[in-house]
Amino acid sequence: MENNNIKASEERLIYADILNKGMKIGLAILIVTFIVYLTGILNPHIPVKDLPKYWDMPVHEYLKAANIKSGWSWIGKIGEGDFINFIGIAFLAGVTIICYIRIIPIYFRKNDRVYGIIAVLEVLVLALAASGLLKVGGH
Amino acid sequence: MFRRLVIWTNIIILLILISISNVFAGEHTATADILSNSPWWVWPLVLFVVTFVLGIVAVLGGVGGGVLFVPIISGFFPFHLDFVRGAGLLVALAGALAAGPGLLKKGMAYLRLALPVALIASACAIVGAILGLALPTNVIQISLGITILGIVAIMIIARKSDYPDVKEADALSSALRITGIYYEPSTGEEVNWKIHRTPLGLALFVIIGIMAGMFGLGAGWANVPVLNLVMGAPLKVSVATSKFLLSITDTSAAWIYVNSGAVLPVIVVPSIIGIMLGSMVGVKILSKAKPASVRYIVIVLLLFAGTRALLKGFGI
Repeated sequence: MENNNIKASEERLIYADILNKGMKIGLAILIVTFIVYLTGILNPHIPVKDLPKYWDMPVHEYLKAANIKSGWSWIGKIGEGDFINFIGIAFLAGVTIICYIRIIPIYFRKNDRVYGIIAVLEVLVLALAASGLLKVGGH
Repeated sequence: MFRRLVIWTNIIILLILISISNVFAGEHTATADILSNSPWWVWPLVLFVVTFVLGIVAVLGGVGGGVLFVPIISGFFPFHLDFVRGAGLLVALAGALAAGPGLLKKGMAYLRLALPVALIASACAIVGAILGLALPTNVIQISLGITILGIVAIMIIARKSDYPDVKEADALSSALRITGIYYEPSTGEEVNWKIHRTPLGLALFVIIGIMAGMFGLGAGWANVPVLNLVMGAPLKVSVATSKFLLSITDTSAAWIYVNSGAVLPVIVVPSIIGIMLGSMVGVKILSKAKPASVRYIVIVLLLFAGTRALLKGFGI
């Protein structure tokens, strides 16, 4: 058990390991895709020279002016230089969910049902946030 | 030498920020003219330089990058607050993801303490993010200014306790078995710890979660006092668990901003890379010297940025 022993628990080490790998992969994707964006290898949805017209707008005005739909619609624009950056961003925002999913069976196997249920509930909360059902922009 | 370097670095930041702010205040200084007529890439480049220095200052000042990022970038750059908050959450998230594995492996961040707290804070961060994106910008600016000035007050007033006196664990923390042992290298001893006032602490994380989502600040400034002073966790455990907690709380809020379109890669990526590189340099400086004055410089920076947020909110 984590609380009774100075040695790190199984779930803690596994969580740390996934978090470490996920963070490194996410950051690497973020840097590579940003280089693709800046070098213009892929045409962006919004030309970079036009960005100053958009970045001082409230988000709902920006979405309307740039003709962008909110939610997971970026997946459909993944071939565009600016939207390709969302792969790394989504990866960084998704790694915690993977960590939780991985430790759930460990808690139940250890008969630590309360923490198993807390971890399940956390996955549901994060999945709800990630689902796009609760987005605000685009109106 | 390091002390002088850090002080001069901060003076330069303040001068840059004052120059940048003139662009938006309509004052035509030479710097303002150069910046307002500059090509698009100048702003992301200046953003990278400023976030790099913020990364150094945050480590030396013992604060999270997010708490400096949002008020300073929203106050002095042309980006709308919606995009700055989205970037702020991702900056704080990236920092927490980078620190989390080490803190967990070293046995300083505790899953048993973090998981129940994170469940409440992350659920409430969603509410905060939705509110933050739905409310008028001036309301958020004013609230942000008040919050930043409140953080300054907390930094000045709140005392920290290395080992809070917890006579007896409360019923809830006992039921959840939130307790632990860690090795303290400075004394060579193993420290047993337990917590109390868990229901009150969890209730406070409702507010912390909402504020984290609403302002995109990260929430270390609030997590640590609640874990340490209210719940009685040792300071090192509180700091480490707080940093790890941000990786969960900010994940839920960040998704709301991403799905609402409030994320611009041209703001997010230079900021993340700048603040992470700055943090690495900061950690190296910290291992050689810890200039106490940096904390005061952070307080001055926050006072300046908080006041500017308030003034912007009131349209001044």
